[in-house]
Amino acid sequence: MNSKEYKHIEETLYEEKLDNGLTVFLLPRPQMSKTYAIFSTNYGSMDRTFVPIGQSEEVTVPDGIAHFLEHKLFEKKDRDVFADFSKQGASANAYTSFSKTAYLFSATSNIEENVKTLLDFVQDPYFSEQSVEKEKGIIGQEIKMYDDQPDWQSFMGTVKALFKETPINIDIAGTVESINKITKDDLYTCYNTFYHPENMTFFIAGNFNTESMMTLIKENQQAKEFPKLEEIQRSYPEEPKEVAKKQYKHKMPVSVAKCTVGIKESYQELNGSEFVQKDLLQDMIISYFFSKSGQFYEELYKENIIDSSFYFETNLDKNYGYSIIGGNTNNPEQFSTKITELLLSTNNMKITEEEFERMKRKRIGQLLRSMNSLENIASKFIHYHTVQVDYFDLIPIIQELTVDDANDYLKNWISKERLSVCTISAE
Amino acid sequence: MVTIKEEVKKLDSYNLHLIPNEKFKTVHIVVKLKAPLDRETITKRALLPLILQQGPRKYPTRKEFQIALENLYGAVLSIDGGKKGNNHILSFRLEVANEKFIPNESDVLKQAIRLVNDVIFQPNVANNCFDETIFNREKETLRQKIRSVVDDKMRYANMRLIDEMCEGEAYQIHVSGYEEDLDKLTAADLYEYYRSLLKEDQIDIYILGDLDKVYMEELVGESFQRDQISQRTESKDEQLNKKKEPQEIIEKQNVQQAKLHIGYRTNITYKDDNYPALQVFNGILGGFPSSKLFINVREKNSLAYYASSRLESHKGLLFVFSGIAPEDYEKARDIMRQQMDAMKNGDITEEELSETKDLIVNQLLETLDHPQGIIEMLYQQVIAEVELSPHELIENIKKVNLEEVTEVGKSIEEDTIYLLTSEGGGSNE
Repeated sequence: MNSKEYKHIEETLYEEKLDNGLTVFLLPRPQMSKTYAIFSTNYGSMDRTFVPIGQSEEVTVPDGIAHFLEHKLFEKKDRDVFADFSKQGASANAYTSFSKTAYLFSATSNIEENVKTLLDFVQDPYFSEQSVEKEKGIIGQEIKMYDDQPDWQSFMGTVKALFKETPINIDIAGTVESINKITKDDLYTCYNTFYHPENMTFFIAGNFNTESMMTLIKENQQAKEFPKLEEIQRSYPEEPKEVAKKQYKHKMPVSVAKCTVGIKESYQELNGSEFVQKDLLQDMIISYFFSKSGQFYEELYKENIIDSSFYFETNLDKNYGYSIIGGNTNNPEQFSTKITELLLSTNNMKITEEEFERMKRKRIGQLLRSMNSLENIASKFIHYHTVQVDYFDLIPIIQELTVDDANDYLKNWISKERLSVCTISAE
Repeated sequence: MVTIKEEVKKLDSYNLHLIPNEKFKTVHIVVKLKAPLDRETITKRALLPLILQQGPRKYPTRKEFQIALENLYGAVLSIDGGKKGNNHILSFRLEVANEKFIPNESDVLKQAIRLVNDVIFQPNVANNCFDETIFNREKETLRQKIRSVVDDKMRYANMRLIDEMCEGEAYQIHVSGYEEDLDKLTAADLYEYYRSLLKEDQIDIYILGDLDKVYMEELVGESFQRDQISQRTESKDEQLNKKKEPQEIIEKQNVQQAKLHIGYRTNITYKDDNYPALQVFNGILGGFPSSKLFINVREKNSLAYYASSRLESHKGLLFVFSGIAPEDYEKARDIMRQQMDAMKNGDITEEELSETKDLIVNQLLETLDHPQGIIEMLYQQVIAEVELSPHELIENIKKVNLEEVTEVGKSIEEDTIYLLTSEGGGSNE
């Protein structure tokens, strides 16, 4: 077991890669009452084309299968795993994103029992034809629920407009048609390939004994057998630099129209220092312009183009990145024209030293705030770990950024062919 | 696990609560101003957070104020008002990065406390009047907020239940204020009231973080300036609008789902010795997905998606609520009442008791992992005027036995049943 001390934030992290390939992280926080554990696979809705374990031919599986699998893992032959956690005083949950599937619990007692339950239920699938059929109805309802949510439609619409090939332009849950094609065998194919310990991470933070926790996890893993896994061959189609569609319009019943401007931030694989620099600057710069202290926010507010529904979000992952600026508006045309115009004007702008210092401070404060939450630490740590960045090193990395880094980034941040507009409006 | 240590200093103009704690990477500064609930002042107290949130005189535009917060490592300020028993509490909360985790930084906390002081005591005022533009804009924000209650049917039904149940009592007062009072309000009136509030409200300051106590006390002492204080004349005990027979109120609106809310008087409050037993009582009745209400209304009879209960700890109320199909009213009501009767008759298993106690303890412990949760729990003692630390409360919960739970059932009285239903639905009786 390796340990790493982060003096500036007073944290010590323990790490070990087990014989079967599983990467384990332990973050003791003895001051907390709670313990939070997450068991995550590097597999999400975008992993639809790959070479299954033990085979040599590439296959493409039906859309929505990663999310379908997540649902089905909780169901065992004789019981529902949620109830097992409840009886042990834990609350459990799971989620599927474009690039990850994660299973988690939090509890203040019976920690070791709950850890075993988490490891065992994820590593012991039970899929039957009958239960797969039953699930299609439930997930079909979930998909329809999303179809009725304007905010989700607005988000997915923007992503679809930005990305032509990268499969994040497909709904995480798939479509009613695609999930109807899913079979028990498809589930096992995906499971056996992507739930191999080599492709998974276990992160636990909170109140436990480090030594005995690691022993427990090791013994649990040693008792199970897994085939050998060479690196998983996944293939993502090549993504062009420019957006798929400049405009995307969707009609549904909404009382006020929703408009977003999307920025295609990244379309190629990024890792390490290249990733972290872009990740930090992308976030700091959009927030510099569009948060309440920002010049653009002020202008939009004064001209009455935005109201309290205004928001922006930004995300960078290994294979893609986007930012979205949006809000409710009675005049989507004016909203998108104005924001596009503001964005295009940034090529010639300069951030001052003083402003950049403020941006760095704000980002450092945000990081420290988010480190109060074990849930946040665990999911962020895994997110950055996937691209070979250490989450706990972010503060010193931010401190080393210079205003020249920021201005170099700003010069090339926006170009017309990487912008899309998505409008959701009533019939 | 680290126990929560609170040191309270009762000073002339405020009480200072110091909570050194190594759990967190940030420091929380919370200032609470307490006054009796009063129809005369409630609309003003509802509007004040919206105006003060725009920033102090030192930073008269939102942009300048946001820049100041960003320079303080992205400190986050929020101001809100709430009801606790017969009191109204204004809370100012600032969360700021703890400088000990930032290399070469030592001035953040001092500035943060000064900023809180400025927001409270140096508001953006000219000629004894809040800034008119801000005042008028925020008046509209509050108007929208008051009007929007009707859009959230669960909140609306809860408000209407309290209207009917507590008619004539202070607790009836709407926390967002009243539109007719808002119309009459001027920026000068509001400031005049704010000045009197600063003199008369009881102020409690909480500082929580990985800090040295002596340093915290010093910082607050030198930065926090409350000059004048005067005693408010507290009103005497009020007459409760208790019913001889439970009353039933049915209202109709264009809704798909009916809201059924039942209000009970527990006659037990936070300061009472049998409060832990009441909390367990509520837990078994409707606090969790394993509780009687959830199991019987939802799981066994499929009448609702949600069915649960909740306590108002300082006023002594218990609410049972559920969203049902309009035609299921009588059936749902009867099943909900049966659960209360079962509780009162001691129809509770040892397993229900011990599982519920574990769930409550787990919930309280998780609350103590959140900075705001710790402060809110500690402040309960101020409201109840009793000394009972969170850990004592947890110990007391663990000790509750079946007899005590059944015993508190005896003091619980049904007061009002409120149904919000569809135009065609409702009662056949």
